[in-house]
Amino acid sequence: MNWRRIRALMRRYLYLYRRSPPRIMEVFFWPVMDLLVWGFLYKFLVANHTFNWISYLISAMIFWDIIYRAQQGVTIAFLEDVWSRNLLNLFVAPLRRSEFIAATFLVGLIKIIAITLVLSVLALAFYDFNLLNLGLALVPFFFNLLIFGWAVGLFTTALIVRWGNASEALAWGIPFLVQPLSAVFYPVSILPAWLQPLAWAMPCSHVFEGMRDVMRGEAFSWAQFGWAAGLNVIYLLAAALFFRRMFDVAREKGLLSKLGTQ
Amino acid sequence: MPGIEPIERPVVEVVELTKTFANTTAVNRLSFTVPRGQILGFLGANGAGKTTAIQILLGLIKPTSGVVRMFGQDMEQARIAILQRANFTSAYTALPGNLKVSENLTVFAGLYGVRKAPEKIRALLELLEIGHLKNSLTGQLSSGESTRVNLCKSLLNDPELLLLDEPTASLDPDIADKVRKLLKRIQTERGITMIYTSHNMRDVEEICDRIIFLQKGRKIADGTGSQVLAQFQQKTLEDVFIHVSRSGELLSEEEVKERGGTPP
Repeated sequence: MNWRRIRALMRRYLYLYRRSPPRIMEVFFWPVMDLLVWGFLYKFLVANHTFNWISYLISAMIFWDIIYRAQQGVTIAFLEDVWSRNLLNLFVAPLRRSEFIAATFLVGLIKIIAITLVLSVLALAFYDFNLLNLGLALVPFFFNLLIFGWAVGLFTTALIVRWGNASEALAWGIPFLVQPLSAVFYPVSILPAWLQPLAWAMPCSHVFEGMRDVMRGEAFSWAQFGWAAGLNVIYLLAAALFFRRMFDVAREKGLLSKLGTQ
Repeated sequence: MPGIEPIERPVVEVVELTKTFANTTAVNRLSFTVPRGQILGFLGANGAGKTTAIQILLGLIKPTSGVVRMFGQDMEQARIAILQRANFTSAYTALPGNLKVSENLTVFAGLYGVRKAPEKIRALLELLEIGHLKNSLTGQLSSGESTRVNLCKSLLNDPELLLLDEPTASLDPDIADKVRKLLKRIQTERGITMIYTSHNMRDVEEICDRIIFLQKGRKIADGTGSQVLAQFQQKTLEDVFIHVSRSGELLSEEEVKERGGTPP
């Protein structure tokens, strides 16, 4: 073993972190997110140990997957073309940005429908949990989560367009940055008071709260639905504007061609 | 008016094109036109501005100033309409390796709105002598085969203008020679206007009707191969290339003017 060579190689890996905040963030990101999500869930379960929390967790898990897959549908589709060096071929074709995004949205939708069906069947077979018990409320829940996932996907893709390969980790990380604040596995009330306004600013928090209401046998909350839908319109519009701006910046700085030929 | 033939508008018109990145001027007041059917070669050392210029023409990079018009339309205003009539291939791009050749070409046929796509794809694959690769995974092709598949993609929409960014880089001399002959044949048969960048002087000498020499983003010579050789008093384009690259300093305003270039 030669210490000099080990040190040289260590330097090779550490150089990457010196100029890359996304990489540094990634080191701390997953452990912190795990701690937050599972910590808040533990707190919730300790305080509410009498009800059927397994059903809550399974439906939350299936619903969370809608957001995650919708986001991945947009971002990974873009990255697939970066990785295969096909990006420039696409953007020198008579293709509008909006058409590219629409295609990724729709492919994502098809995948999500397939995945949700499979997960629902498995949940019924193995855990005697029937997602259809949520009734018609499933439809607005589904579409609100889908639209939020698309907005997050568009935002993440915009970051990659602007900051390139160094920010690829965000493709997987951003949804989990949102997760602790989204009341997926526990209600907003479990969060510290200062975090609750942030959580209520997330469309998906309203969906998950609404879902728990319905599962407890309460009526579908139109107020929660209204908040989720309204916030989703704002988020999707903001994400679209941010994507357009980052794309324009990438064109001005010549980043698109770098991203497409790396 | 009777008796007077209308003057055909150039396919490409570039006026005072400048692109500055931070403190670097990658393209400096570049002006030129390309008439229909001409093959124009961009020559220059690394960093001369060839690829930046091509990518501005394709709308991938926004110019700092200047105008790019293709088919009489402004690139910034009519990008989609222009790109419908143009196409691009480069050694530095690829088609997704995990799709079959026919699948990739079908996707791009859809993007360009090609009618009767299966027939078109079959005809192009035969033209490029790669019909047997139709069902092969694109990622498993050799460099020469990939280049021809990329060319096939670039001909799908019967482009009137084809931009080629170092299409023979990474090819061995034999395959590069075949690709050059193929390009020349396609150009002759279809009358396509081409803009071609290359480091390979042989490429440029064999293919291009006209050459624009770039140095640090500036056009320093413009003419046929023999005109450029005469302007620099060199025997080969390779000698011109080395002469320009090693001279280090920019040519003087008078020298640029003498060689048909645009002084800054």
